[in-house]
Amino acid sequence: MASNGKLTGKQRLGWTVLTIVVLLYALFPVAAIFATSFKTPADLGNAAFLPSNWTWQNYEMILLGDAQGLFLTALRNSIGITLIATFIAVVLATLCAYAIARLDFPGKKIILGSALAVSIFPVISVVTPLFNLWRNIGLYDTWIGLIIPYLSLTLPISIWTLAAFFRQIPWDLEQAAQVDGATQWQAFRRAIVPLAMPGVFTTAIIAFFIAWNDFVYGISLTSTEAARPVPAALAFFTGASQFEEPTGAISAAAIVVTIPVVVLVLFFQRQIVSGLTQGAVKG
Amino acid sequence: MTTARDTSRRQKRESTQSTSKTGNRRKKSNRARSEARLGWLIAGPAFFIMLAVTAYPIAQAVYDSLFSFRLTAPDDRSFVFLQNYMTIFSDTEVFWRALLVTLLVTVVTVAVELVIGFGLALVMHKALMRIRGALRTAILVPYGIITVVSAFAWYYMFDINSGFVNNWFGWVPGIDSDLDWFANFGTAITVIMASEIWKTTPFIALLLLAGLAQVPDELVEASKVDGASWRQQMTRVILPNMKAAIMVAVLFRALDAFRIFDNVFIMTNGGAGTEVLSLLAYRTSIGRLEIGLGSAVSVILFLCVLLICFIAIKFFKVDLASGTDAKGGK
Repeated sequence: MASNGKLTGKQRLGWTVLTIVVLLYALFPVAAIFATSFKTPADLGNAAFLPSNWTWQNYEMILLGDAQGLFLTALRNSIGITLIATFIAVVLATLCAYAIARLDFPGKKIILGSALAVSIFPVISVVTPLFNLWRNIGLYDTWIGLIIPYLSLTLPISIWTLAAFFRQIPWDLEQAAQVDGATQWQAFRRAIVPLAMPGVFTTAIIAFFIAWNDFVYGISLTSTEAARPVPAALAFFTGASQFEEPTGAISAAAIVVTIPVVVLVLFFQRQIVSGLTQGAVKG
Repeated sequence: MTTARDTSRRQKRESTQSTSKTGNRRKKSNRARSEARLGWLIAGPAFFIMLAVTAYPIAQAVYDSLFSFRLTAPDDRSFVFLQNYMTIFSDTEVFWRALLVTLLVTVVTVAVELVIGFGLALVMHKALMRIRGALRTAILVPYGIITVVSAFAWYYMFDINSGFVNNWFGWVPGIDSDLDWFANFGTAITVIMASEIWKTTPFIALLLLAGLAQVPDELVEASKVDGASWRQQMTRVILPNMKAAIMVAVLFRALDAFRIFDNVFIMTNGGAGTEVLSLLAYRTSIGRLEIGLGSAVSVILFLCVLLICFIAIKFFKVDLASGTDAKGGK
């Protein structure tokens, strides 16, 4: 079969076609909005895939021009809130997963079961009470007011994924290192940390994707540029004038926020795939 | 207790066991207790924060749903018991329609994703190493992309003003340059589902890929030797051995699809009859500030999710915890 590396001409053709189909499937909508982001306002109605004149003006508008205030503050909010929420979740989940993998204590099943339950929780169900509460205690429209609910998105998957990763670490290595004369801390740092880091890092990427993607919390718990993240801001974009559709600006902004996703995917596809599947399927 | 004997037993055990893991369970109770305390000390913060940000709000939502309460008139708050639920359930035009649309989206997207996802998984499974990386990278792009971005990408493709679909597919009966995809339910929901399917199929494909990897090669080879056709290999050997992976993938995606919000919000904002439950909850509570009624919709949505889970686990025997049974290290 294909796995032995020698292909007949027919097989090669088949694989080429299949690969192109998959690439088209995965990338076509991204290519479409990419092309749209380079269209001039006059081009937007040309009913064609590609712009007739490629222009940077949409990017200038969101990065340097009129929409700068709207987009750049939203980008700063998104990056800040997402990174903080990811960091907190990964630190807490690392401790939690370490305890689950290494220590014997009653309630492990409850913790893992709760992580699963929280991960299937409909976000919209908790947003109304949070909206009301945040308004009363002053967290509405603040970074903290988004970071806290983002933990409900990032913590469960982090605990779940890291517990699966940590369970595969050969913890005996730590003892072996100690037998070889390392102190307990040295043994942990030299033997265990290098094995655990890829799992922690992968989990961080997955948690980042999930927080970066949030829309419901973003539009419900913010009202101004003080904390509104990019996905929510995109929904509030307006054109350069009220007669103009913001299509070009939104497309350019969409491409800008897709860049980190593409970069992470390009460099870490193997890790992301193993992280996603390890958490969900026995592996 | 006979401490002396226990101590000597512990010493003996510690000297004989290679890993401390199996022994811990049987060790003396105060050792176990201190380990339990340490365990909860380390694992506790994550656990309690997770509960605080979900269990508390849902409890609050259940409580709020029993009141007639609008933020526009906060002093008129009064206890109405199940009145909000009665109002919702008697509203065929809004609630039942939203529920049906949500169910339609869930069933159609999961079914289509299962087919496409299985195809993608098969391609990745059989692909040569050097293409496999490229395929996985490409497939992870939709997975990682923001749903709102996906919604805009699909919206602009089909939009009557800026789209090219009407132009490209003008030869298809029913499509011409005047077709406004977002003005009719059928066409609007199709594009919404297309975006949802595109964005989330990679997740299913990766779960199924992991499932495929678990099918023993010997079984497939043996069936080939026995002269099984490709179709027989699939239906008799491969699919039955992947049942667990398929079930988990379907359940996860069904629960996710049931919560659909972003795509509908961006493309139609509930117009053309495409309103779904999440959007109804959002517009009632955040949009119209009817906290009581909106909370009731939220609670119903939550109960629906629980019901789907219950059905899956009870009748389809989906074992979600199989991947992470809490048995500790090996």
